[in-house]
Amino acid sequence: MPTTLFDKLWELHEVAVLGDRECLIYTDRIFLHERTGSIALRGLEQAGRDVRAPGRVFCIMDHIVDTRPGRGDVTLVPHGREFIEATRHSASRAGIHLFDVNDPRQGIVHVAAAEHGIVLPGMSAVCPDSHTCTLGALGALAWGIGSTEAEHALATSTLRVSRPRSMRVNLRGETAPDVTAKDIILHLIARFGSQSGRGYAVEFAGPAIRALAMDGRFTICNMAVEMGAFTGLIAPDERTIAYVSSTKCAPAGPLADLAAAHWRELRSDEGAGFDLELEVDCAEISPSVTWGTNPEQLAPISGVVPDPDAFADPRKALAAREALTYMDLSAGTALSSIRIDAAFIGSCTNNRLGDLRAAANYLRGKKIAPWVQALCVPGSSAVKRAAEAEGLDRIFRAAGFEWREAGCSLCFHAGGESFGGKRVISSTNRNFQGRQGPGARTHLGSPQTVAASACQGYIRAAET
Amino acid sequence: MNEKVFHRGIAAPLPRPNIDTDAIIPSREIRRVSKEGLGEALFAGWRYLAADSREPEPDFILNKARYRGASILLAGENFGCGSSREHAVWALKDFGVKAIFAPSFGGIFFNNCALNGILAIELEEAKIRRLTEWVELAPRRHQLEIDLEARQIRWREGEAMRFGIEPARRALLLEGLDSIAATLRKKSAISAFEEADGKRRPWVYQLPDV
Repeated sequence: MPTTLFDKLWELHEVAVLGDRECLIYTDRIFLHERTGSIALRGLEQAGRDVRAPGRVFCIMDHIVDTRPGRGDVTLVPHGREFIEATRHSASRAGIHLFDVNDPRQGIVHVAAAEHGIVLPGMSAVCPDSHTCTLGALGALAWGIGSTEAEHALATSTLRVSRPRSMRVNLRGETAPDVTAKDIILHLIARFGSQSGRGYAVEFAGPAIRALAMDGRFTICNMAVEMGAFTGLIAPDERTIAYVSSTKCAPAGPLADLAAAHWRELRSDEGAGFDLELEVDCAEISPSVTWGTNPEQLAPISGVVPDPDAFADPRKALAAREALTYMDLSAGTALSSIRIDAAFIGSCTNNRLGDLRAAANYLRGKKIAPWVQALCVPGSSAVKRAAEAEGLDRIFRAAGFEWREAGCSLCFHAGGESFGGKRVISSTNRNFQGRQGPGARTHLGSPQTVAASACQGYIRAAET
Repeated sequence: MNEKVFHRGIAAPLPRPNIDTDAIIPSREIRRVSKEGLGEALFAGWRYLAADSREPEPDFILNKARYRGASILLAGENFGCGSSREHAVWALKDFGVKAIFAPSFGGIFFNNCALNGILAIELEEAKIRRLTEWVELAPRRHQLEIDLEARQIRWREGEAMRFGIEPARRALLLEGLDSIAATLRKKSAISAFEEADGKRRPWVYQLPDV
């Protein structure tokens, strides 16, 4: 019987059926970070329980750690040190892998997990972090959990999971040359809504997905959670296999061929039935930014801020009205007339080497507007080194960007650095109220859009 | 009777859709590696006049006298979307919230609620609207009664409104099961899975040489 990619992944990890939809699912890899992993490790300690398979648990400092050069345990986040030290202590006690503050393998957990090959196609991976779905771009079953669930995974190597339904989003046709992976996923969230994926594992398919480099595929799956999805998935292809085969943890020797043969089976069979299939015509997608406080509140950069009264759904109208008040915008304003105070290139959504290259390509020989504060924060220490080897850091610096150490940084305001009160063009994933600081007004867009807007001082697409 | 099974309390409407976990508890309010004492930080961005103050914002619903002591939220769709931070649930619990009704919830938040004994119940929007309209007339007198055993809310003049809940979730809330202990009883099934899977996918079990 033809089977979906998701069904194959689920069945590969099914230890037991517990109830109607609930199964005991095996977790091949567990990731933790100092913000939510520390409390999970402590909870386990307090309950007197051991980590069942410590060799397959990886803890990485990314959320609270500073990104200023010369960083250490002391952070701009008040009490940040407590999180770092508690995490280090618990990790060493539990005997799990730890990529500490200045470890060369350090990075945002979802970036590091992929680039070192810790997660490979077909594996299951969990982390108490909603963007764990990023790794679905490898054809892995990866999803975000809470800290209590993380304790369960650590203690048992399994989780009790209610089986999600399967959805496939088919992208028809090709995208215009100036459309990035970020524009695609933002478009899907806006088109179908920020809870359209609720209860589903969403497979992204079609020639426009196949055409994306791995970095773009990570961007797509990263924001599946912004559709409310359990996870996002992209079937592995030769590009995926080449990517993972070049990583440090790739299977070697005879196992390499065995693994590759397994990975090539990980796709939805012709005729496989999904609970829901959606279609999108790529010709409808253009470079876009958000204007509101939820990622679904999106418009093309060439467009205007919509009129809340124009929404047929009264809830969406209410949300739009509240968003515009917070964003200090009025209906009909051209997006390209919105002046920005800050520009941020970073986060697990958009700070891999391909993202930095794309932004640097625009910035070469240009300067940011004098009133703009601009930051570039690589996704991992490895991405940072690779970018520096290509001289990208010099381009960012010459343009007026700060060049930082790897971490989550100002994707969210944790009490330290802040975009409070500022209007920010940001390559991140969430434009929620106060996300980047009290009163910060966030416009989400691609790294290219952030670069172009930083230079113009107003929201701009890279091509205009 | 166990409070989880049967709860009676003041309900506060929060109808705005997509209330995210950053709104429920801003990251800057998470100051300790601890689950305790987070109630003060609940909805901090809306509840206080400024980020660095604890002076109540009089217009925020939970600060209004008529909703003081609210323990039930009548929320909008996609409540608890966004970040997986379980601190959002710990803050709600510490504040005294026992139950949340919404047309839909963020998936991770939904699971986190059940694991912490908070009743997160999906209820059609029309039903929530009816409850809200009734509650708003006199929040302190028009309290809601939740009977998880019978899967119903009792409201005006004892009228019952049914709600649905997955059996596993209901059992977890009713019995407060230690799910780790329950899973550890399946240790032999887990080991058997690993042994078979180790032959099928040996590379998964080799410790990565990172």
